Amino acid sequence: MLEFKVNGQLRRVDVHPDTPLLWVVREQLGLTGTKFGCGIARCGACTLHVDGSPVRSCSFPVSAAPGHEITTIEGLSNDVSHPLQRAWIAEQVPQCGYCQSGMLMTAAALVRLRPKPTDEEIDFAMTNLCRCGTYPRVRSAIKRATGQAEGRG
Amino acid sequence: MMFGKAQTRNVPALAAVCLLALLVASANPGAAGQTRPPPSESREAGLQAWAGIARVLRHPRCMNCHTTTNFPRQGDDRHPHVNLVRRGLDGHGVPGQMCSTCHQTENNESSGVPGTPNWHLAPLSMAWEGLSDADLCRVLTDPKKNGGMDLAKLEEHIEHDPIVAYGWNPGANRKPIPGSRADLIQLMKTWSRAGAPCPSRTASR
Repeated sequence: MLEFKVNGQLRRVDVHPDTPLLWVVREQLGLTGTKFGCGIARCGACTLHVDGSPVRSCSFPVSAAPGHEITTIEGLSNDVSHPLQRAWIAEQVPQCGYCQSGMLMTAAALVRLRPKPTDEEIDFAMTNLCRCGTYPRVRSAIKRATGQAEGRG
Repeated sequence: MMFGKAQTRNVPALAAVCLLALLVASANPGAAGQTRPPPSESREAGLQAWAGIARVLRHPRCMNCHTTTNFPRQGDDRHPHVNLVRRGLDGHGVPGQMCSTCHQTENNESSGVPGTPNWHLAPLSMAWEGLSDADLCRVLTDPKKNGGMDLAKLEEHIEHDPIVAYGWNPGANRKPIPGSRADLIQLMKTWSRAGAPCPSRTASR
Protein backbone atom coordinates (compact mmCIF):
# COMPACT_ATOMS: atom_id res chain seq x y z
CA MET A 1 0.00 0.00 0.00
CA LEU A 2 1.39 3.40 -1.01
CA GLU A 3 0.33 6.62 0.66
CA PHE A 4 0.79 10.16 -0.57
CA LYS A 5 -1.01 13.48 -0.84
CA VAL A 6 -2.95 14.36 -3.97
CA ASN A 7 -4.51 17.81 -4.19
CA GLY A 8 -4.09 18.22 -0.46
CA GLN A 9 -5.72 14.94 0.51
CA LEU A 10 -3.93 11.86 1.78
CA ARG A 11 -4.63 8.97 -0.58
CA ARG A 12 -3.78 5.28 -0.35
CA VAL A 13 -3.39 3.02 -3.34
CA ASP A 14 -2.62 -0.64 -3.74
CA VAL A 15 -0.87 -0.94 -7.08
CA HIS A 16 2.36 -2.28 -8.52
CA PRO A 17 5.12 0.18 -7.55
CA ASP A 18 6.24 0.56 -11.17
CA THR A 19 2.81 1.81 -12.27
CA PRO A 20 3.11 5.25 -13.82
CA LEU A 21 1.57 7.91 -11.58
CA LEU A 22 -0.57 8.94 -14.57
CA TRP A 23 -2.54 5.71 -14.45
CA VAL A 24 -2.89 5.84 -10.67
CA VAL A 25 -4.41 9.32 -10.66
CA ARG A 26 -6.69 8.45 -13.55
CA GLU A 27 -7.76 4.91 -12.72
CA GLN A 28 -7.34 4.50 -8.98
CA LEU A 29 -8.17 8.05 -7.94
CA GLY A 30 -10.60 8.98 -10.72
CA LEU A 31 -8.83 12.24 -11.55
CA THR A 32 -9.19 12.04 -15.31
CA GLY A 33 -8.15 15.61 -16.09
CA THR A 34 -4.57 14.38 -16.51
CA LYS A 35 -4.31 12.87 -19.99
CA PHE A 36 -2.35 10.09 -21.66
CA GLY A 37 -0.68 11.27 -24.84
CA CYS A 38 2.55 9.64 -25.94
CA GLY A 39 3.65 7.58 -22.95
CA ILE A 40 7.29 8.55 -23.44
CA ALA A 41 7.38 11.90 -21.63
CA ARG A 42 7.48 13.78 -24.89
CA CYS A 43 4.09 15.44 -25.41
CA GLY A 44 3.32 16.75 -21.92
CA ALA A 45 -0.40 15.86 -21.84
CA CYS A 46 0.22 14.00 -18.57
CA THR A 47 1.96 16.88 -16.80
CA LEU A 48 1.13 17.35 -13.14
CA HIS A 49 3.05 18.81 -10.23
CA VAL A 50 5.23 17.03 -7.70
CA ASP A 51 5.97 19.46 -4.87
CA GLY A 52 5.13 22.29 -7.24
CA SER A 53 7.47 21.22 -10.03
CA PRO A 54 6.16 19.92 -13.36
CA VAL A 55 6.47 16.19 -13.95
CA ARG A 56 5.50 14.02 -16.88
CA SER A 57 3.46 11.50 -14.94
CA CYS A 58 3.62 8.80 -17.63
CA SER A 59 7.29 8.47 -16.73
CA PHE A 60 7.02 8.82 -12.95
CA PRO A 61 6.58 5.56 -11.02
CA VAL A 62 4.01 5.74 -8.27
CA SER A 63 6.62 4.27 -5.91
CA ALA A 64 8.36 7.68 -6.03
CA ALA A 65 5.24 9.56 -4.89
CA PRO A 66 5.18 8.88 -1.11
CA GLY A 67 6.59 11.84 0.76
CA HIS A 68 5.66 14.25 -2.01
CA GLU A 69 2.64 16.43 -2.69
CA ILE A 70 0.98 15.74 -6.01
CA THR A 71 -1.17 18.37 -7.68
CA THR A 72 -3.29 17.56 -10.71
CA ILE A 73 -5.31 19.92 -12.88
CA GLU A 74 -8.23 19.29 -10.53
CA GLY A 75 -6.18 20.75 -7.69
CA LEU A 76 -4.96 23.87 -9.48
CA SER A 77 -8.05 25.56 -8.04
CA ASN A 78 -11.39 24.21 -6.91
CA ASP A 79 -13.44 26.86 -8.66
CA VAL A 80 -11.54 27.65 -11.87
CA SER A 81 -10.22 30.78 -10.20
CA HIS A 82 -6.53 30.31 -10.87
CA PRO A 83 -5.33 33.31 -12.92
CA LEU A 84 -4.16 30.99 -15.68
CA GLN A 85 -7.50 29.21 -15.83
CA ARG A 86 -9.28 32.56 -16.08
CA ALA A 87 -6.89 33.73 -18.77
CA TRP A 88 -7.29 30.42 -20.66
CA ILE A 89 -11.05 31.06 -20.79
CA ALA A 90 -10.67 34.73 -21.66
CA GLU A 91 -8.31 33.93 -24.53
CA GLN A 92 -10.38 30.91 -25.62
CA VAL A 93 -7.20 28.87 -25.75
CA PRO A 94 -8.48 25.29 -26.17
CA GLN A 95 -9.68 23.88 -29.45
CA CYS A 96 -10.10 20.15 -28.91
CA GLY A 97 -8.70 20.67 -25.41
CA TYR A 98 -6.99 17.32 -24.97
CA CYS A 99 -3.54 18.72 -24.25
CA GLN A 100 -4.70 21.73 -22.27
CA SER A 101 -4.58 20.36 -18.75
CA GLY A 102 -0.93 19.52 -19.31
CA MET A 103 -0.38 22.95 -20.86
CA LEU A 104 -1.95 24.64 -17.85
CA MET A 105 0.10 22.65 -15.37
CA THR A 106 3.30 23.49 -17.20
CA ALA A 107 2.30 27.15 -17.38
CA ALA A 108 1.47 27.16 -13.66
CA ALA A 109 4.92 25.76 -12.88
CA LEU A 110 6.51 28.39 -15.10
CA VAL A 111 4.76 31.42 -13.59
CA ARG A 112 5.38 30.11 -10.09
CA LEU A 113 9.09 30.71 -10.70
CA ARG A 114 8.81 33.44 -13.31
CA PRO A 115 5.88 35.70 -12.38
CA LYS A 116 6.36 37.70 -15.59
CA PRO A 117 7.90 35.30 -18.09
CA THR A 118 9.50 36.60 -21.25
CA ASP A 119 8.69 35.18 -24.68
CA GLU A 120 11.91 33.17 -24.53
CA GLU A 121 11.08 31.75 -21.12
CA ILE A 122 7.66 30.77 -22.41
CA ASP A 123 9.21 29.12 -25.49
CA PHE A 124 11.58 26.96 -23.44
CA ALA A 125 8.99 26.02 -20.82
CA MET A 126 5.93 25.42 -22.96
CA THR A 127 7.17 22.49 -25.00
CA ASN A 128 3.92 20.56 -24.60
CA LEU A 129 2.59 19.42 -27.96
CA CYS A 130 -0.77 20.62 -29.29
CA ARG A 131 -2.08 19.18 -32.54
CA CYS A 132 -4.62 22.00 -32.80
CA GLY A 133 -1.77 24.51 -32.82
CA THR A 134 -2.99 26.65 -29.94
CA TYR A 135 0.51 27.88 -29.15
CA PRO A 136 -0.11 31.59 -29.91
CA ARG A 137 -3.16 31.59 -27.64
CA VAL A 138 -1.24 29.76 -24.94
CA ARG A 139 1.33 32.55 -25.05
CA SER A 140 -1.37 35.21 -24.98
CA ALA A 141 -3.05 33.59 -22.00
CA ILE A 142 0.19 33.38 -20.04
CA LYS A 143 0.87 37.04 -20.81
CA ARG A 144 -2.65 37.97 -19.73
CA ALA A 145 -2.44 35.97 -16.52
CA THR A 146 0.85 37.59 -15.61
CA GLY A 147 -0.30 41.14 -16.29
CA GLN A 148 1.51 41.43 -19.59
CA ALA A 149 -1.54 41.91 -21.74
CA GLU A 150 -1.13 41.44 -25.45
CA GLY A 151 -3.51 40.90 -28.37
CA ARG A 152 -4.99 37.52 -29.00
CA GLY A 153 -2.65 35.22 -30.88
CA MET B 1 -2.91 37.97 -8.83
CA MET B 2 -0.64 35.87 -6.70
CA PHE B 3 1.50 32.90 -7.48
CA GLY B 4 3.37 30.62 -5.10
CA LYS B 5 6.76 31.40 -3.70
CA ALA B 6 9.57 30.56 -6.09
CA GLN B 7 11.19 27.30 -5.19
CA THR B 8 12.09 24.04 -6.84
CA ARG B 9 12.71 20.56 -5.56
CA ASN B 10 16.22 20.78 -6.98
CA VAL B 11 17.34 23.57 -4.71
CA PRO B 12 18.23 21.32 -1.75
CA ALA B 13 20.17 18.97 -4.03
CA LEU B 14 22.03 21.86 -5.63
CA ALA B 15 22.78 23.36 -2.23
CA ALA B 16 24.15 20.00 -1.12
CA VAL B 17 26.38 19.82 -4.20
CA CYS B 18 27.62 23.36 -3.60
CA LEU B 19 28.23 22.59 0.07
CA LEU B 20 30.16 19.48 -0.89
CA ALA B 21 32.25 21.54 -3.29
CA LEU B 22 32.99 24.03 -0.53
CA LEU B 23 33.89 21.30 1.94
CA VAL B 24 36.16 19.63 -0.57
CA ALA B 25 37.80 22.93 -1.40
CA SER B 26 38.37 23.75 2.26
CA ALA B 27 39.65 20.27 3.05
CA ASN B 28 42.10 20.48 0.19
CA PRO B 29 43.49 23.99 0.21
CA GLY B 30 45.10 24.82 -3.07
CA ALA B 31 43.94 21.51 -4.43
CA ALA B 32 45.63 22.26 -7.76
CA GLY B 33 48.92 21.96 -5.97
CA GLN B 34 47.56 19.21 -3.78
CA THR B 35 49.95 17.10 -1.83
CA ARG B 36 50.36 13.91 -3.80
CA PRO B 37 52.29 10.86 -2.73
CA PRO B 38 55.35 10.08 -4.83
CA PRO B 39 54.32 8.30 -8.05
CA SER B 40 54.37 4.53 -7.74
CA GLU B 41 53.61 3.97 -11.43
CA SER B 42 55.63 5.21 -14.38
CA ARG B 43 54.56 8.29 -16.27
CA GLU B 44 54.21 6.09 -19.35
CA ALA B 45 51.79 3.77 -17.53
CA GLY B 46 49.91 6.82 -16.31
CA LEU B 47 49.58 8.31 -19.77
CA GLN B 48 48.43 4.98 -21.14
CA ALA B 49 45.79 4.79 -18.41
CA TRP B 50 44.74 8.36 -19.14
CA ALA B 51 44.17 7.50 -22.81
CA GLY B 52 41.74 4.80 -21.65
CA ILE B 53 40.02 7.22 -19.28
CA ALA B 54 39.67 9.83 -22.03
CA ARG B 55 38.02 7.24 -24.29
CA VAL B 56 35.39 6.70 -21.60
CA LEU B 57 34.83 10.41 -21.03
CA ARG B 58 34.26 10.92 -24.74
CA HIS B 59 31.46 8.36 -24.84
CA PRO B 60 28.04 9.86 -25.61
CA ARG B 61 26.72 8.67 -22.23
CA CYS B 62 29.18 11.09 -20.60
CA MET B 63 29.63 13.74 -23.25
CA ASN B 64 25.93 14.38 -23.90
CA CYS B 65 25.72 16.24 -20.59
CA HIS B 66 29.25 17.69 -20.61
CA THR B 67 28.43 20.04 -23.47
CA THR B 68 29.76 23.47 -24.32
CA THR B 69 26.24 24.47 -25.35
CA ASN B 70 23.25 25.81 -23.46
CA PHE B 71 21.48 22.52 -24.09
CA PRO B 72 22.20 18.83 -23.51
CA ARG B 73 22.52 16.30 -26.30
CA GLN B 74 21.04 12.83 -26.51
CA GLY B 75 21.44 9.58 -28.37
CA ASP B 76 24.51 7.93 -29.75
CA ASP B 77 24.49 10.48 -32.59
CA ARG B 78 24.56 13.24 -29.96
CA HIS B 79 21.74 15.29 -31.43
CA PRO B 80 20.44 18.30 -29.49
CA HIS B 81 17.98 17.18 -26.82
CA VAL B 82 14.41 17.21 -28.11
CA ASN B 83 11.73 19.47 -26.64
CA LEU B 84 14.05 22.50 -26.67
CA VAL B 85 15.55 21.41 -23.38
CA ARG B 86 17.83 24.12 -22.00
CA ARG B 87 20.67 24.13 -19.47
CA GLY B 88 19.25 26.82 -17.19
CA LEU B 89 21.21 28.70 -14.58
CA ASP B 90 22.31 25.69 -12.56
CA GLY B 91 22.34 22.89 -15.13
CA HIS B 92 18.98 21.52 -13.97
CA GLY B 93 16.83 23.00 -16.73
CA VAL B 94 14.56 26.03 -16.82
CA PRO B 95 11.34 26.93 -15.00
CA GLY B 96 8.56 24.88 -16.54
CA GLN B 97 10.96 22.35 -18.01
CA MET B 98 13.45 21.05 -15.49
CA CYS B 99 15.53 17.91 -16.01
CA SER B 100 13.36 16.38 -13.29
CA THR B 101 10.24 17.02 -15.36
CA CYS B 102 11.11 13.85 -17.26
CA HIS B 103 14.19 12.26 -15.64
CA GLN B 104 13.58 10.54 -12.33
CA THR B 105 15.93 8.64 -10.04
CA GLU B 106 15.87 5.42 -12.08
CA ASN B 107 15.56 4.41 -15.69
CA ASN B 108 11.88 4.15 -16.55
CA GLU B 109 11.14 0.95 -18.40
CA SER B 110 7.68 1.87 -19.64
CA SER B 111 8.57 5.28 -21.08
CA GLY B 112 12.20 4.50 -21.89
CA VAL B 113 13.32 7.75 -20.24
CA PRO B 114 16.69 7.32 -18.54
CA GLY B 115 17.15 8.35 -14.94
CA THR B 116 19.47 8.51 -11.98
CA PRO B 117 19.53 10.70 -8.88
CA ASN B 118 20.33 14.37 -9.48
CA TRP B 119 20.11 14.20 -13.28
CA HIS B 120 21.64 17.42 -14.58
CA LEU B 121 24.13 18.96 -16.98
CA ALA B 122 27.73 19.33 -15.93
CA PRO B 123 28.66 22.98 -15.39
CA LEU B 124 30.24 24.81 -18.32
CA SER B 125 33.59 24.72 -16.49
CA MET B 126 33.41 20.96 -17.08
CA ALA B 127 32.39 21.18 -20.74
CA TRP B 128 34.46 18.61 -22.60
CA GLU B 129 33.32 18.91 -26.19
CA GLY B 130 36.14 19.67 -28.59
CA LEU B 131 38.96 19.22 -26.09
CA SER B 132 42.11 17.29 -26.92
CA ASP B 133 43.22 14.52 -24.55
CA ALA B 134 45.72 16.96 -23.08
CA ASP B 135 43.19 19.69 -22.43
CA LEU B 136 40.56 17.25 -21.19
CA CYS B 137 43.09 16.00 -18.67
CA ARG B 138 43.88 19.51 -17.49
CA VAL B 139 40.21 20.43 -17.12
CA LEU B 140 39.45 17.25 -15.18
CA THR B 141 42.30 17.81 -12.75
CA ASP B 142 41.75 21.54 -12.22
CA PRO B 143 39.88 21.99 -8.92
CA LYS B 144 38.79 25.43 -10.04
CA LYS B 145 36.86 23.72 -12.82
CA ASN B 146 35.97 20.33 -11.39
CA GLY B 147 34.14 21.44 -8.28
CA GLY B 148 37.16 21.41 -5.98
CA MET B 149 37.93 17.71 -6.37
CA ASP B 150 41.39 16.39 -5.69
CA LEU B 151 42.48 13.03 -7.08
CA ALA B 152 41.00 11.09 -4.19
CA LYS B 153 37.67 12.82 -4.64
CA LEU B 154 37.81 12.22 -8.39
CA GLU B 155 38.33 8.53 -7.77
CA GLU B 156 35.47 8.54 -5.29
CA HIS B 157 33.24 10.29 -7.84
CA ILE B 158 34.04 7.66 -10.45
CA GLU B 159 33.61 4.81 -7.98
CA HIS B 160 30.46 5.86 -6.13
CA ASP B 161 28.48 8.65 -7.83
CA PRO B 162 25.23 7.19 -9.26
CA ILE B 163 25.34 9.58 -12.20
CA VAL B 164 28.61 7.92 -13.27
CA ALA B 165 27.13 4.45 -12.80
CA TYR B 166 24.38 5.41 -15.24
CA GLY B 167 26.91 5.21 -18.08
CA TRP B 168 26.96 1.43 -17.80
CA ASN B 169 23.23 1.09 -17.21
CA PRO B 170 21.62 3.54 -19.63
CA GLY B 171 18.40 1.62 -20.15
CA ALA B 172 16.25 1.19 -23.26
CA ASN B 173 18.34 0.65 -26.38
CA ARG B 174 21.14 3.06 -25.48
CA LYS B 175 24.67 1.80 -25.81
CA PRO B 176 26.47 1.51 -22.48
CA ILE B 177 30.04 2.67 -22.11
CA PRO B 178 32.30 -0.17 -23.33
CA GLY B 179 34.09 -2.13 -20.64
CA SER B 180 33.04 -1.92 -17.03
CA ARG B 181 33.04 0.65 -14.30
CA ALA B 182 35.60 -1.55 -12.53
CA ASP B 183 37.88 -1.17 -15.58
CA LEU B 184 37.59 2.61 -15.35
CA ILE B 185 38.26 2.58 -11.62
CA GLN B 186 41.39 0.52 -12.28
CA LEU B 187 42.53 2.99 -14.95
CA MET B 188 41.92 5.86 -12.54
CA LYS B 189 43.98 4.18 -9.84
CA THR B 190 46.87 3.51 -12.23
CA TRP B 191 46.73 7.09 -13.52
CA SER B 192 46.56 8.43 -9.99
CA ARG B 193 49.49 6.29 -8.80
CA ALA B 194 51.52 7.72 -11.67
CA GLY B 195 50.79 11.22 -10.39
CA ALA B 196 47.85 11.86 -12.76
CA PRO B 197 50.07 12.92 -15.69
CA CYS B 198 48.52 14.84 -18.57
CA PRO B 199 49.80 14.42 -22.14
CA SER B 200 51.71 17.34 -23.55
CA ARG B 201 49.54 19.52 -25.77
CA THR B 202 51.65 18.76 -28.82
CA ALA B 203 51.46 15.00 -28.31
CA SER B 204 47.72 14.91 -28.03
CA ARG B 205 45.11 15.17 -30.75
